[in-house]
Amino acid sequence: MPAVSKGDGMRGLAVFISDIRNCKSKEAEIKRINKELANIRSKFKGDKALDGYSKKKYICKLLFIFLLGHDIDFGHMEAVNLLSSNKYTEKQIGYLFISVLVNSNSDLIRLINNGIKNDLSSRNPTFMNLALHCIANVGSREMAEAFASEVPRILVAGDTVDSVKQSAALCLLRLNRTSPDLVPMGEWTARVVHLLNDQHLGVVTAATSLITTLALKSPDDFKTSVSLAIARLSRIVTSASIDLQDYTYYFVAAPWLSVKLLRLLQCYPPPEDAALRSRLTECLETILNKAQEPPKSKKVQHSNAKNAVLFEAIALIIHHDSEPTLLVRACNQLGQFLQHRETNLRYLALESMCTLASSEFSHEAVKTHMETVINALKTERDVSVRQRAVDLLYAMCDRSNAKQIVAEMLSYLETADYSIREEIVLKVAILAEKYAVDYTWYVDTILNLIRIAGDYVSEEVWYRVIQIVINRDDVQGYAAKTVFEALQAPACHENLVKVGGYILGEFGNLIAGDSRSSPLVQFNLLHSKFHLCSVPTRALLLSAYIKFINLFPEIKATIQDVLRSDSQLRNADVELQQRAVEYLRLSCIASTDILATVLEEMPPFPERESSILAKLKRKKGRGNLPDIDEARKNVNVNGNGNSEPSDKIEATNKSSPPLVADLLPTNRPRPVSSSTFMFSPGSTVSSPSFTDLLNLNSTPSAGNTLLVDVFSDNSTFSATEVSEENFARFICKNNGVIYENQLLQIGLKSEYRQNLGRMYVFYGNKTSTQFLNFSTSVTSTDILRTQLNIHAKTVDPVIEGGAQVQQILNIECLSGFTDTPVLNVQFRYGGMMQNISLKLPVMLNKFFQPTEMSSQDFFQRWKQLGAPQQEVQKIFKSKHPMDAEVTKAKIIGFGVALLEGVDPNQENFVGAGVIHTKSIQVGCLLRLEPNVQAQMYRLTLRTSKDSVSQRLCDLLSEQF
Amino acid sequence: MMRFLLLFSRQGKLRLQKWFTPISEREKKKIIRDMTNMVLARQPRSCNFLDWKDLKIIYKRYASLYFCLAIENQENELLALEIIHRYVELLDKYFGNVCELDIIFNFEKAYFILDEFIIGGEVQETSKQIVNRSIEASDMLQEFQVGASTDTSPMSE
Repeated sequence: MPAVSKGDGMRGLAVFISDIRNCKSKEAEIKRINKELANIRSKFKGDKALDGYSKKKYICKLLFIFLLGHDIDFGHMEAVNLLSSNKYTEKQIGYLFISVLVNSNSDLIRLINNGIKNDLSSRNPTFMNLALHCIANVGSREMAEAFASEVPRILVAGDTVDSVKQSAALCLLRLNRTSPDLVPMGEWTARVVHLLNDQHLGVVTAATSLITTLALKSPDDFKTSVSLAIARLSRIVTSASIDLQDYTYYFVAAPWLSVKLLRLLQCYPPPEDAALRSRLTECLETILNKAQEPPKSKKVQHSNAKNAVLFEAIALIIHHDSEPTLLVRACNQLGQFLQHRETNLRYLALESMCTLASSEFSHEAVKTHMETVINALKTERDVSVRQRAVDLLYAMCDRSNAKQIVAEMLSYLETADYSIREEIVLKVAILAEKYAVDYTWYVDTILNLIRIAGDYVSEEVWYRVIQIVINRDDVQGYAAKTVFEALQAPACHENLVKVGGYILGEFGNLIAGDSRSSPLVQFNLLHSKFHLCSVPTRALLLSAYIKFINLFPEIKATIQDVLRSDSQLRNADVELQQRAVEYLRLSCIASTDILATVLEEMPPFPERESSILAKLKRKKGRGNLPDIDEARKNVNVNGNGNSEPSDKIEATNKSSPPLVADLLPTNRPRPVSSSTFMFSPGSTVSSPSFTDLLNLNSTPSAGNTLLVDVFSDNSTFSATEVSEENFARFICKNNGVIYENQLLQIGLKSEYRQNLGRMYVFYGNKTSTQFLNFSTSVTSTDILRTQLNIHAKTVDPVIEGGAQVQQILNIECLSGFTDTPVLNVQFRYGGMMQNISLKLPVMLNKFFQPTEMSSQDFFQRWKQLGAPQQEVQKIFKSKHPMDAEVTKAKIIGFGVALLEGVDPNQENFVGAGVIHTKSIQVGCLLRLEPNVQAQMYRLTLRTSKDSVSQRLCDLLSEQF
Repeated sequence: MMRFLLLFSRQGKLRLQKWFTPISEREKKKIIRDMTNMVLARQPRSCNFLDWKDLKIIYKRYASLYFCLAIENQENELLALEIIHRYVELLDKYFGNVCELDIIFNFEKAYFILDEFIIGGEVQETSKQIVNRSIEASDMLQEFQVGASTDTSPMSE
């Protein structure tokens, strides 16, 4: 039967489509379309009332024009009219037009809702389905408001026919996704769960989708679905393929339903009930067994459907991560797929194995496939498969195979696709650092990276190698020798010049004994690259030269000549010119002692999480990255540069600028002003030490800065007595005025890193008279003392009139805490003793480190934190106008990473971070759902510790 | 869930677009461009899956048409391929050996069939018989009612 005779042909439409297809040019097409639009417009405007058929035909033409990519600005009203037609085809076209063209904020929505309402109450299943499809297609808030109570009713009503139930279930799912607040749980929830027992597999399929989404949001309400889902799954996997009739797809029993049930089970931990658990294990074993059976059909559809179920079963096994035998079987199965001739299966096997590699039960089993994966990297024709192989190698890497994997990745890098080079560079850099036992290997690896793919080596990577070399004196000589040799190459990458310049400037003396690398040779080598480099690199080289003057007094004159040359002293670039002038001057006037102090070797950098890892996370939040727990382990693993003895870390903290001293530039490099010379790197009041060649440290505004400068980000503050209120302001920010009365202003500026913090307290005397006997103390409750260490430096007992003094508090978080320390201030003013006590804004959230992650990771972890005591939820009225930007800023200020595009509902905010305390680290996920209509928020926090969830929830909910 | 389904020809001409979440027209055009560029550039015998932003793109070519389905990250890729296949089977059954022209001239039918199969980005009914039956039932409804009106001449070109 030819298609064209099906249904009702609309001859006019067919003619129009043919005309368009025959148009020779874009212009001709537009001309034809404009003619048609004019015609339709006149028909719609004409005096003669159009019959339903014509209306339908014209609406269809408009739809066609729209789908070609042209704008349509009329016809909506006519389409809405079609909804009330009692002819099915007209109604259907009306709904189609609305589904495709009406955006959610159309002013016609009321009329449309009216039409839908009529059809929903028509009791005609065909009409009801059309209406439900339309709600699901448009899914706007207005529709959710109008039908959120009606749709669940239809879904669970006893007399609803199956097809309508299916539409209703998925329609409700859609409304729940757009406006979860409008679809409250109710008595229908229990009945929805029982749809899993329905006779009709189509109903079960639709219901399972709905339940899975709802269970993700409120697992407790749908707990009972677990046993029902297992029972259902068990019946499917044990059924003979013909039992399910049309739900058997190419000899596979109900693959869609099976996959959905397996997904639903992934919302929950393994069942605790032993019988249930063994029934599930049986199901999973059966699915794994079936994979070994000979195929029942040669069609790809058969193998796809069968393997779809298999992969989903493996995903569940990995999610449960509790049955070693199943995990190993899953791994072996994936191992077979690694060599399968179907590219799709190889791709998926590589992808699945990545998650399997992070399970302690299967990590070793995954490693046995290393050769195959390396081979895939070399032989796969498809770049996306090779990408997966890189991911898997990264995931399976550990100390035992790091050298081989890094070597393979490096050699792949030489020919790798440009699109994935940067990522491979980051991965190699991370692995080399993480698993370096021998740091000469690490240095070699990074220099190789620069040689092979210099353009893709980002700042973070080369900053990091310098950081590590500076912090490890056992590798400094080797590094100097190696960069010196690498620089011999006639053409070397600018990044190598940077690394070389920095390292020779610091440690060139270690190789100067060899005549082949004498001071002059080193200098000439570096300077031979100078003119080919960009301005920032030249600036760095100038700093290396001044360092050379200190290291090698014998070549001072040569270097001074270079600095003195017109190309330096009169350089058009102000940065270069200033450096040349200042360095030259410094070398002329400073005594050897002063030079030696100023140009002293860089102090070790404070240890912190590699910024490269952060970059990779930002770049790619996929499942193949170490998760929060992994990242936590990294910090403690030996040999990755993070395992310095703690006293050294402390020393580091004292002697170098706190917190900002990562190699990452936070400010534009600034020429050093002469006053800075007076600071030695060991002074307690931190300032950028001149010895930092890159000048990467920002200038802290600590010191004698005026109060108004320090608190630039706050505008108006009313003076209050003891300020609980101001306390809350500091939950999401670190700087500002915490207290003010007629006499005294107290300002804070604080910085936190992992479990350590430093707070600068500024006491400003607002009067013109001295404060005498000025003293402060910080008091904590007994419990708090075991959780939080605060050490306050002493402060001068006299504050002159109009002056300001600064006090430093060093803070260490030992474990999770709830109480608040109190700052007591006492002083004598005009013969009267003054006493002030205020809550010091040191709260748990200050010890957050933000964590970027993908949507998938987020929800996976969200599920893992599904136990009731791990979640704390609060619904509250907003206290401030609901501005998304302000909310975002507050969430970021709270300390977590704001994850964009993770929540399916764009109105919602989600964030992730890790609380660092000395004893434990607590991963934390949060989600904030605003309801603008009701001016309410719902805040949900999930962490692995209930007290932490509770405390964070209390803190954050105060902010909106 | 599924985010969108696009059908386009080897020349990159869009034949059908279905969006399961609200997206601005501008964004749609950008996505369509990205998808056609990406998918058409793939070598034959590559795998059918692509990573794109936080979504997975599953594509498959049938004769002159590419079917391109975007699913969320945790969804099952192989089954998504079979969703495409099932849709092709449904079109095939309805049009009888479906070809690109059928979809061009009867685009509204292609949408109706899709609506019977997928709602709000989730599979509604996987039984081919049931979907076919309901499409045929609505066609009966059409023919019956159209028979009563004046313009009944079938399209014959």
